[in-house]
Amino acid sequence: MQNSSIQVKDLQKSYKKLNVLKGVHFTVEHGSIFALLGSNGAGKTTLVKILTTLLKQDGGTAIVNGFDVASKPDHVRQSISLTGQFAAVDEILTGQENLIMIARLRHLKNPRQVADDLLTRFGLTDAANRRVSTYSGGMRRKLDLAMSLVGKPQIIFLDEPTTGLDPEGRIEVWKVVKELADGGRTVFLTTQQLEEAEQLADHIAILHEGKIIASGTLMELKKLFPPAEVEYVEKQPTLEEIFLAIIGKKEAL
Amino acid sequence: METIQKHFFSDMSVMLGRSMRHIFRSMDTIITVTIMPIAFMLLFVYVFGGAIQTGTDNYVNYLLPGILLIAIASGISYTAYRLFIDVQRGIFERFRSMPIAPSTMLWGHVLTSLVSNAISLVVIILVALIMGFRSSAGILSWLTVVGILALFTLALTWVAVIPGLTAKSIDGATAFSYPIIFLPFISSAFVPTRSMPLVVRVFAENQPVTAIVETIRALLSGQPVSHTIWVALAWCVGTLVVAYLFAMMAYKKHV
Repeated sequence: MQNSSIQVKDLQKSYKKLNVLKGVHFTVEHGSIFALLGSNGAGKTTLVKILTTLLKQDGGTAIVNGFDVASKPDHVRQSISLTGQFAAVDEILTGQENLIMIARLRHLKNPRQVADDLLTRFGLTDAANRRVSTYSGGMRRKLDLAMSLVGKPQIIFLDEPTTGLDPEGRIEVWKVVKELADGGRTVFLTTQQLEEAEQLADHIAILHEGKIIASGTLMELKKLFPPAEVEYVEKQPTLEEIFLAIIGKKEAL
Repeated sequence: METIQKHFFSDMSVMLGRSMRHIFRSMDTIITVTIMPIAFMLLFVYVFGGAIQTGTDNYVNYLLPGILLIAIASGISYTAYRLFIDVQRGIFERFRSMPIAPSTMLWGHVLTSLVSNAISLVVIILVALIMGFRSSAGILSWLTVVGILALFTLALTWVAVIPGLTAKSIDGATAFSYPIIFLPFISSAFVPTRSMPLVVRVFAENQPVTAIVETIRALLSGQPVSHTIWVALAWCVGTLVVAYLFAMMAYKKHV
């Protein structure tokens, strides 16, 4: 079909007097991972809400999977899924029931099979029949992601997907995101963590005070700065590396 | 749009199934809804009842319709509570970003409220039977009573949807039900209005609970229903329409 999954032109949104988005432009290529970087309050969530039809823009256009979000929201909803900042799971239902519910709402043929496959893929099979209220934060997030993959939506929106996860959980989420893009799906994610964007994204855009102030591949963004100077430094392991090494050792024993 | 219309009923059954599970997995919600009205019933029948002159020899018969309304009024606050939790936890947003008919999210909760309130009312009526409640009503009168109670529940549930969608806190979402629970006390539900001071009496005789209580009471005791049934129905339908419109406005504002 078309090469770009998302096209945003001159998008504007304000809440009363507060101008959140002041003319945002960008394009997301089909099958790529696009990271939107920005500090708290930069307008990342507002942008995601507009693209996922939860919020109407004041001006400009946004085309998702070939459909205008404002005039064809139902078509947009057919092709997307959203994982918000907080795990949107039903705590009273079990993990399996949550997935079956979403599969039925997406009108899939074999909801139970879809649910079981995803439970296996996310390593939640043992917890499948437990109520989600007994899950840890990381397990909830995994279930949340699994629910977003039900029905194989073409474009996956992840709003700060690793917030509140421990380093291991974060790496697992990264793995899933990479697999998704390898499978041809488009991933749009927002993050405050530079490392996350660096690890995952094919294309990075920086949203600052309501505008995209820089956009490109990691290499392109690096070129914006003076050429790297060669310095010799002693590389100390980060706490994260130490943590993961120790955890890994324990598991090996 | 077409596909969304086509799936309306299957989406609805998923939503209904979900919130019914919530109810059956937290039976305490039904227990708290039934216990308070039963406590009132015991209190009024065995403590105050001897001193209340209603002109009937069976005070349980006199009292039951008002007790049922109190049960409904406290039952619907759980709809507001569940809806509030859905909005807060983000599952509401997930549903809204999916290709499903938006109104099924609200209707699922509303139908669940009808079912859970029906369960509470059956429990309360069983307790009333043990306490000496007797009815000479025929099947048609009972069906009319069920219809009025269902309509009353539906109307109040849509009222509950409004704070459920708009409240800023759990307390705000559920506090709206207190004045509704209190309404039966200033009506003919417990005592005849003729003993009340003029101002209170005028209020009591013209507020919805009195009309509904007297209609149900007449139906259950096999007496002819007067024009009050129309007043009762008008209140229920009127509340339903106004609450539904405001609930939809609150919902659209969210979109």
